[in-house]
Amino acid sequence: MPNIVSRSASLRNRKGRHAALVRVTHWITVFCFVALLVSGIEILISHPRFYWGEVGNSVSSAVFKIPIPSSRRTVPTGYGYVLSDQNGWNRYLHFEAAWALVLTGVIYVVFGLWTRHFGKNLFPDKADRTWAAFWRVIAHHLRMAPPDETEKHTYNALQRITYLAVIFVWFPLVIWTGLAMSPTLNAAVPWVVNALGGRQSARTLHFFVSVVLVLFLMVHVVMVVLTGFAVRMREMITGTTAVPKEQA
Amino acid sequence: MSKISRRRFMSAGLATTAGLSGVAVAAKLAQLYGLIAPDSSGIFGPGEMLTYATHRLLVRGSLAREFPRSMISKVPFANVFAPLGADFKRLENAGFSDWRLRIDGMVARPTSLSLSDLKNFPMRSQITEVVCEEGWSYIGEWIGTSLHEVLNACGVLPQARYVVYFSIQPDWWESIDMAEAMHPQTLLTWGMNDANLPVSFGGPLRLRVPRQLGYKSVKFLQRVVITDSPKGIVSAFDPNAANYGYSWYAGI
Repeated sequence: MPNIVSRSASLRNRKGRHAALVRVTHWITVFCFVALLVSGIEILISHPRFYWGEVGNSVSSAVFKIPIPSSRRTVPTGYGYVLSDQNGWNRYLHFEAAWALVLTGVIYVVFGLWTRHFGKNLFPDKADRTWAAFWRVIAHHLRMAPPDETEKHTYNALQRITYLAVIFVWFPLVIWTGLAMSPTLNAAVPWVVNALGGRQSARTLHFFVSVVLVLFLMVHVVMVVLTGFAVRMREMITGTTAVPKEQA
Repeated sequence: MSKISRRRFMSAGLATTAGLSGVAVAAKLAQLYGLIAPDSSGIFGPGEMLTYATHRLLVRGSLAREFPRSMISKVPFANVFAPLGADFKRLENAGFSDWRLRIDGMVARPTSLSLSDLKNFPMRSQITEVVCEEGWSYIGEWIGTSLHEVLNACGVLPQARYVVYFSIQPDWWESIDMAEAMHPQTLLTWGMNDANLPVSFGGPLRLRVPRQLGYKSVKFLQRVVITDSPKGIVSAFDPNAANYGYSWYAGI
């Protein structure tokens, strides 16, 4: 059976698995993402209804509702009780974590372009940019086969595409849809919200993009656990790939 | 090895010194140009400072989006508030003819204005969105008097930095910086959708601050105080305070 990662890709990056800057920005991002997720859910609880277009509120019809109780008694949830309002500090936390995440992301992307990290480690190699190559990786996963030997040193094409999409599509989208909800920024750059179809559309999209990022996080963690939690964690913390004892 | 270490040590030292003095200079400049929000302390201070400074540097005079008449919400959402007291009922029964807006603090001419005094100023209207931090919103037409035109008539002293404004309701007050107070859309609102401002929406008088979240648009406005000190105008994390721990700057 051919390796699922092309030889040229697997030969690169033999020495260390992850550069120090990648490791540091990775863990800052993890920390910020968890803070954004927890505070985001808390903010959502104050109005678990979603709308499309510019406006929407408790006396207009919702596109969909999340069947949870709310922290506001003005929201018709069907529950007979109201949760505690913790929006104050959660909003502070949400925006501070967003700043930290955006600044970390900028440093990471500048570093990635500077060191050609994206081209070397994330953009799929020429040999892997075919449907057959992708299918090989997918089939490998579907068989629940253990990771290929080459994957100790590099990512397969499916991982590469996923990471690139998270970095260059889903994170920018979650930032854009978030900024679109800032009333002062709406005044300064109205197209940021208008291009999304209005304020409530931006909010609904912000929710769905967050769901995509959470799904990514879940699959990411499951894969880390399945392929060897200790080894993967060591790689992302110390940067070195664990070498089996008999080979050392 | 030791030579490289010394060189590295020296350049690291120089870089750290340069970095720290850079931060100190930036902080001093930020203070000088009024880029530091009054609640920029504690663990959430850095985020608050970044947001406020960025907005104040990039977005000084931009106008909040205004919408066509066709987009005015047919059924606007009236949020809840604590029961109105006997003082309010008395004024309401008299058709608000005795309602006064007191303006004092750092002004050359402290003033008390009735609703008809306010209506003698040029009438301003805007079709803007009320945006609640909870996530909901609606669009209304807001009719009133520009706060900056009233403040100019009172003669704001040059050292003024913040405007603190109070509802007739106990413990309900907010504050904004002078940039927001002098913004053309910051409106002493007495009309809504071609009628008087209903009590359920804060009538007879509400301050509309359309570039910030709804909690800055205090209902039943009775008093405006101009001050030069950020002390005491915000009390984050105090559950008895006007803002219930919400950030002072609500442009986000």
